[in-house]
Amino acid sequence: MQPRSATRDANGAAATDGIDPAGPDALTRPPRLSARLAAWLEASPRYVYLLPAIGIVLFLSIFPLIVSLYLSLASIRLVRGGFEIRFVGLDNYRKLFVGDTQRHFLGRFGDYNLLTLTILTFVLAVLIFLIARYIANNGFKLFGTSLRVLTAIIAFGLIWLVVMTYLSGGLPGTLVVTMTFVFVGVVVQFLLGLGLALLVTQNLRGKRFFRVVFLLPMMITPVGIGFLFRMMTDTLQGPIAPLWVALGLEDFSWTQTAFGARSAVIIGDTWQWTPFIFIVLLAALEGVPREPIEAALVDGANEWQAFRYVLVPYLMPVSLTVIMIRIIEGFKIIDMPQVLTRGGPGTATESVTLQAYNSWRALDLGGSSAMAYMLLFVVTFSAVVFVNFVRKRVLEHP
Amino acid sequence: MRKWFTSSSPLGLSPARKAISYCLLIFWSVIVLFPFYWLLTTAFKLPIDVSSGPKYLPFGDFQPSLNAWDEMRDFIPRPYRNTVVVGVVSSLLALFIGSFAAYALLRFKYRPRIGMVAVFILCGSLAVALVVVAGVYWWAAVLIAGVLFLAALATIGKRFKAALANDDIAFWLIAQRMLPPVAVILPIFMMFQQLGLLDTLWALITVYTATSLPLVVWFMRDYFLSIPMELEESAFIDGASRLQVVLRIVLPLSVPGLVATFLIVLTFAWNELIFAIFLTRGDSQTMPVLVVAQNATRGPQWWNISLLVLLMVAPIVIVAVVLERYIAKGILLGAVKG
Repeated sequence: MQPRSATRDANGAAATDGIDPAGPDALTRPPRLSARLAAWLEASPRYVYLLPAIGIVLFLSIFPLIVSLYLSLASIRLVRGGFEIRFVGLDNYRKLFVGDTQRHFLGRFGDYNLLTLTILTFVLAVLIFLIARYIANNGFKLFGTSLRVLTAIIAFGLIWLVVMTYLSGGLPGTLVVTMTFVFVGVVVQFLLGLGLALLVTQNLRGKRFFRVVFLLPMMITPVGIGFLFRMMTDTLQGPIAPLWVALGLEDFSWTQTAFGARSAVIIGDTWQWTPFIFIVLLAALEGVPREPIEAALVDGANEWQAFRYVLVPYLMPVSLTVIMIRIIEGFKIIDMPQVLTRGGPGTATESVTLQAYNSWRALDLGGSSAMAYMLLFVVTFSAVVFVNFVRKRVLEHP
Repeated sequence: MRKWFTSSSPLGLSPARKAISYCLLIFWSVIVLFPFYWLLTTAFKLPIDVSSGPKYLPFGDFQPSLNAWDEMRDFIPRPYRNTVVVGVVSSLLALFIGSFAAYALLRFKYRPRIGMVAVFILCGSLAVALVVVAGVYWWAAVLIAGVLFLAALATIGKRFKAALANDDIAFWLIAQRMLPPVAVILPIFMMFQQLGLLDTLWALITVYTATSLPLVVWFMRDYFLSIPMELEESAFIDGASRLQVVLRIVLPLSVPGLVATFLIVLTFAWNELIFAIFLTRGDSQTMPVLVVAQNATRGPQWWNISLLVLLMVAPIVIVAVVLERYIAKGILLGAVKG
């Protein structure tokens, strides 16, 4: 205890100046322990308790993040014993959006056709309608309106990207591929997790067995799952090889097609993360009070109505939180595609993190930082939109 | 529907429904368990048993052998020890520091001024930038940043009166989870290089502690909310100090939450790949790095990989099965309120 307190104090004392220098807390007792260290620790718990956490996060997340912003504006070369850093402005970002990594990062765009034009017009109409409704309901507020217009523009840009690469005969880049993994994966995982949680909450024997078993995939390292699924999907040595042979497909590897490879990654991800959603929803389901449901059933509601109007509102906050967590974590995906498909065929399953990692290995450190920053931007954007528009609206009108 | 929720219902489920439920549950169990079975059997196969097509039954289809173990024996101990040390130490540190922070955010009022926070963050970033970009010694960088901070505080820091509240701090801490590791890895790599921490276990321990903290603060803050204030107040009246209250009352009452959080955080640290691959080279490699390295050598050696993954997952699974009850409880309190 003593040595750890000492280091904590050192951190705390250094950082105390940065945070509110208000008086000592009213609840603290005068120091009665002989050691001065312990006395100080006693007398100012408000700093000693909080500052180590703040300090660690500042030093390992916030400061590096800000430095990283600078690095993404620079060209970095490894030289003997260190780095040579040259400021190049927005060059790294220019490369991502219009330069030579555009096709890799954003994708190759197809031509407009009837389908894509219809979808894009529809999306545009919905976005304009939402903004118009906001102005009609709240009056024209400069800040709120411009914020929403900006959000709508970014959202439209992202949807445009998806539509123009997937539906126009283009080729999706790493950004679109990552978004595919996240959104398709989360939907599938949520539906499966909810279904399993509902099944297990029933009054059945062996509940505990299923609970424990369903939890297991979460414990394996994602790298391991990548290998595991590569092994399982092998058409010659995998466990379902006889099936492939019977179908005459032993020379065919389904991870050699873009669609198959992406499905494989999503299946692996789903196998691993459905348990997370399952366990959280299960815990929530077991905390649901029985009276309202029984009352609804007694009043003549059928099961579907009881589910929709009584249970769903109960589950909504937890569900939204757990979806949010999975969206945030999902964007960081790298291990699964790295091992399962190595990002291939071509760049069909390459996630942004994997691309940033590959750029790092190719010693394009500035470009790597720029990609990471774009990823951070998309994650933050998705989270903010989810919290402020989806979550708020759903919780207000369940 | 009633039957779905009332475990004490005298009715029970209709037989048809029961059968369908069991079918679905068993179906998913097979999907979950079969890969584990394949892992287990492949770890004991000879290379010839793998390459000659699928073999399902040990002793029937193939003779189990310890070939993989013999091949990997010399490579395993060190990364394994590293994984255990890094995982356990970083999780315990995160739990310790994070619990105190979560408690403090509930029981004390903080009002840091925005001006001060901004100035402090700018100066801190400057210090890191000096170390990373300009290669200044870290103590010189801290000194420069400290002087600048005090100077800025005396002049402009007091201008901005607006202050942050506890919820802002908590949200900010939790939001760190959104940070993709690649966005911070480069400066951290350079910083650790200057500090001479690269390729040491301490590098991984500090980084994992930092990435685990948001989760700990989040879960434990919600857990502490469920502890009645009266208990603490009566302890204060009896003359207990704040530290005694935390150590003797609050933490013991939160054991389920602590256990669940520890397990979640441990799993993250145990399986983490990206930081490990960037920050370690030889001696401080962890197991995920060793596993992923099998990709680079002469084609995938399924038997070796299976053995490694099996050894990695075994302790976590055992702990998880033993503590399963706590996980649900701990996560429930964390998630329902979030």
